[in-house]
Amino acid sequence: MTRPSPPPTGSEVAARAALETRDLVKRFRTGEGPVEVLRGVSFTLTPGQSLALTGESGSGKSTLLHICAGLEPADDGAVLVQGHDIARLSEAESAALRRGTLGLVFQQFNLIPSLDVDRNLSFQARLAGHHDPARIAALAERLGLAALLNRYPEELSGGQQQRVAIGRCLAARPAVVLADEPTGNLDEATGDAVLDLLLEACRDAGAALLLVTHSQRLAARCDGRLHLQSGRVAPA
Amino acid sequence: MTAAALSALLGHWRRHPVQLAMLLAGLALATALWSGVQALNAEARAAYDRAGALLGEAELSRLEAPAGLIDPADYIALRRAGWRVSPIVEGRADLGATRVTLLGIDPLTAPAGPAATDLPEADPAAFLVPPGLGFAAPETIREVGEAPFPLIAAPEVPVGQVLVDIAIAQAHLGLGGQISRLTILPGQPRFVPPLAELVPHLQRVDPGEETDLAALTDSFHLNLTAFGLLSFAVGLFIVHAAVGLAFEQRRPVFRTLRALGLPLRRLMALLAAEMLLFGLLAGSAGLVLGYLVAGALLPDVAATLRGLYGAPVPGALAFRPEWAAAGLAMAMAGVLVAGGQSLAQLARLPILAPAQPRAWARASGRAMRLQGAGAVALALVALTLTFRGEGLVAGFVLLAALLLSAALAVPLVLAALLSLGERLARGPVAHWFWADSRQNLPRLSLALMALMLALAANIGVGTMVSSFRATFIGWLDQRLAAELYVTARTEAEGEELRAFLEPRSDAILPVWYAEATVAGRPARIYGTKDHATFRDHWPLIAEGPNPWDRLAAGEGVMINEQLARSADLWPGDAVVLPGAGRFDVAGVYSDYGNPNAQVMLGIDAFLAAFPRAPRLSHAVRMDPDEVPAMMAQLQDRLGLPATMMSDQAQAKAVSLQIFERTFVVTRALNILTLSVAALALFASLVTLSGMRMAQLAPLWALGLTRARLAALDLGRGMVLAALTAVLALPVGLALAQVLLAVINVQAFGWRLPLQLFPGDWLTLGFWALLAALAACALPALKLARSAPADLIRVFVQER
Ligand SMILES: Nc1ncnc2c1ncn2[C@@H]1O[C@H](COP(=O)(O)OP(=O)(O)OP(=O)(O)O)[C@@H](O)[C@H]1O
Ligand SMILES: [Mg+2]
Repeated sequence: MTRPSPPPTGSEVAARAALETRDLVKRFRTGEGPVEVLRGVSFTLTPGQSLALTGESGSGKSTLLHICAGLEPADDGAVLVQGHDIARLSEAESAALRRGTLGLVFQQFNLIPSLDVDRNLSFQARLAGHHDPARIAALAERLGLAALLNRYPEELSGGQQQRVAIGRCLAARPAVVLADEPTGNLDEATGDAVLDLLLEACRDAGAALLLVTHSQRLAARCDGRLHLQSGRVAPA
Repeated sequence: MTAAALSALLGHWRRHPVQLAMLLAGLALATALWSGVQALNAEARAAYDRAGALLGEAELSRLEAPAGLIDPADYIALRRAGWRVSPIVEGRADLGATRVTLLGIDPLTAPAGPAATDLPEADPAAFLVPPGLGFAAPETIREVGEAPFPLIAAPEVPVGQVLVDIAIAQAHLGLGGQISRLTILPGQPRFVPPLAELVPHLQRVDPGEETDLAALTDSFHLNLTAFGLLSFAVGLFIVHAAVGLAFEQRRPVFRTLRALGLPLRRLMALLAAEMLLFGLLAGSAGLVLGYLVAGALLPDVAATLRGLYGAPVPGALAFRPEWAAAGLAMAMAGVLVAGGQSLAQLARLPILAPAQPRAWARASGRAMRLQGAGAVALALVALTLTFRGEGLVAGFVLLAALLLSAALAVPLVLAALLSLGERLARGPVAHWFWADSRQNLPRLSLALMALMLALAANIGVGTMVSSFRATFIGWLDQRLAAELYVTARTEAEGEELRAFLEPRSDAILPVWYAEATVAGRPARIYGTKDHATFRDHWPLIAEGPNPWDRLAAGEGVMINEQLARSADLWPGDAVVLPGAGRFDVAGVYSDYGNPNAQVMLGIDAFLAAFPRAPRLSHAVRMDPDEVPAMMAQLQDRLGLPATMMSDQAQAKAVSLQIFERTFVVTRALNILTLSVAALALFASLVTLSGMRMAQLAPLWALGLTRARLAALDLGRGMVLAALTAVLALPVGLALAQVLLAVINVQAFGWRLPLQLFPGDWLTLGFWALLAALAACALPALKLARSAPADLIRVFVQER
């Protein structure tokens, strides 16, 4: 039996979309039974576009991000990165996707503890095979990390760590950036400056950006906005 | 509050059962090896004491002749003067299928010991009248098989000894009327002439002075003890590592408990109690295990002690409560030592100290500097002792200093090597690999130190044994040059034998000896015939001019290496042989496997000085092809039993067998120590793998597959093990050199050349890597199979 081929419009959209989710469902088993955190989340992100993801604490923002990055499987629905259904990728292919195409910034535990800031900054770029020392130096300068290059992650504040994670992500020139409250640990001024950098870099490189944030002010600076509520996205 | 805190603390172990198992297993193994060795030593010591107690000699003074044997005339003189003394004859003799210690007593005067009161009923006449009657342990009777006189089972008699009437013993030992020693009985009459007047040439030995046997076997037991201590130390490394990591992991719990108001003192008391509980549990298990280990090793230890020293050690183990108590105490002390550092650290730590991996590394960076200083200091101690040290104890201190210094240096050297790797690394993953290995080194360093110690001990002891073996085999070829060895049962038979062999052989070389004390040491003096056999083959290690001519002329003597080293007698010096006179040392020969001093005297001088020495054993030079026919003839014509003769191959085989047996125990302990070290590595890696999620999750998120990360982890374990093994090689060789050139000389009196056996190293390296692979495999597999959910959990806050 052959599958019916998808409608032509779908592949057209997929070809244009950097990241697309279709009816994502995610359940967690807990002591009180299964909890449905995502109940059919769909959105599309095109290259160069930035989307802010908001929602109250525990609404499932991080979970959605992890599923988009292929770190966690969805219970139903699909995630397409540059048109590829990541559920169908083998572990090696999914790892290759994370190395070459995606850029991830987490809420915490971003950095590799045994490497210093310099090495952490260049790590992903070297993995992806386009290491450019000049770009890293420029990024470090703009992120205010130039003086910290020889420190180790645990010798940094939370905000400094997050800036390193952002620098590492941008240095690798990913096609899709997934950032989970990247400025959560930063003061307002620094947060603004870092977000400027993030938006600017993504726009320049034509990268899609999905940004989780609690701040309405920051969300307003993105091209679009998704609000997670009761497991579904509501346009804000 | 205490109960709540306790449940919070113990909860850790419920969630980390493998870690708990490792902690307990490490402690149990350490206790097992230590107490096992102690059980062996205790059994042997008890056997020596029993041997002394049998004739009541442990409590009584005795008279001995510095020259070896006491003349019957002295005995008669003493009795006439009113002294109450009892004669004893003791000597090694072949009896049936084995060699035993014949103990001859005079039943009429023997002191009231177990020998006089506890022996089974037997016909006194049968005991006194030839062929006589012997009492022996059932084990001995089984080993002897067929004896020339009936043997009666008497468990009181130490294994390997046979108690007979004095006259029977004298006959079998060929001693004529001579006596080994006189026991001075209790309740002497008031007015007897002093001993110094009556028998000025005899020496009074008071009880409590160490028995000859105990002194003789001391070095053997010291060896065992050293090995037991090494194993215990290696085991403690495991405990230390497990306890340290558990403290590290529980830091958040400590922090919360203290923030909630649990006093520091209470917390520390709880932790100490917890450790003591573990000590009790694991110590008990270790005792059971140690008992089993000792039970398994005792037959070989006993065989070694009997074969080498004639020490009466039984092959079965008895349970001793004091041994169990000591073992348990050692386990408790061990766990406190291992946990003490962590407790001390806890006491100093501010409440909110974060659990940072690099803080740990930094703290251990300080520790590393301390370690480095310790390593250097110990190396200096070792160096000083190499040039200045004297005596067996100094030898062992040198050994310990060498090993400890090397162990302390291991993390430093490995850290340097890993930084080198880091600097040379190309790709980002390779770079991370080296940096990460270096960062995790402090957590693994204890296990790696244990591995290094075990490997070095293996290489050192292995090299010592192999060098010894190679030297020994070459030496046997020289020493056992004769084609046939025959021993007559009586003097008359001996004469008959010589007459028969004279026309049918190239030469008959007497193997006649007299027991004596030379330079204050128990010795045997051999009468030596001048013959090419000696001139061509004898393994001389030092010689003056024309040694063999001077020996034949009765001007000089040859002495064995043991005597030369212990009494510092070398060619050019003179030595006094009691009853024979003063002789120059003409040469020194190596004489392995013999704990006693030995002297070779020209046969003429020998016969003049010791006319009553038994003339029973002979070495025969002849055409090797005719040996079997000759042995058949001797059986047919003279009725000599086959057990009284052996050809060269047999003689060598017997010697080699004794040699191999001597090292069975060493080898077994070696293997056990290595397994403990492998377990230590495993324990550390398993515990570490639990803490590594936070280190590995970012890499996974950045696109390294779990399989790749697992492979890297496995590779890291193997690289560290391989580097450690390489480091162990020079340490092991230094150890071998100390064993050969210092310990052996002090303990046995002989020095051996160091020989290298690279094939053995490769085999050992292979086993070490296999052990490391086994230790790394499980954590790596766990990582490769870990659910993404476990890794993702790291990134989710508040978990
Ligand atoms: N492994 C898990 N098992 C059970 N429940 C989980 C698991 N991971 C997440 N959850 C639940 O899913 C919900 C969504 O969690 P998620 O971390 O995505 O929230 P969030 O929107 O990122 O919150 P925050 O803004 O606080 O970071 C929460 O209610 C959380 O308790
Ligand atoms: Mg979140």
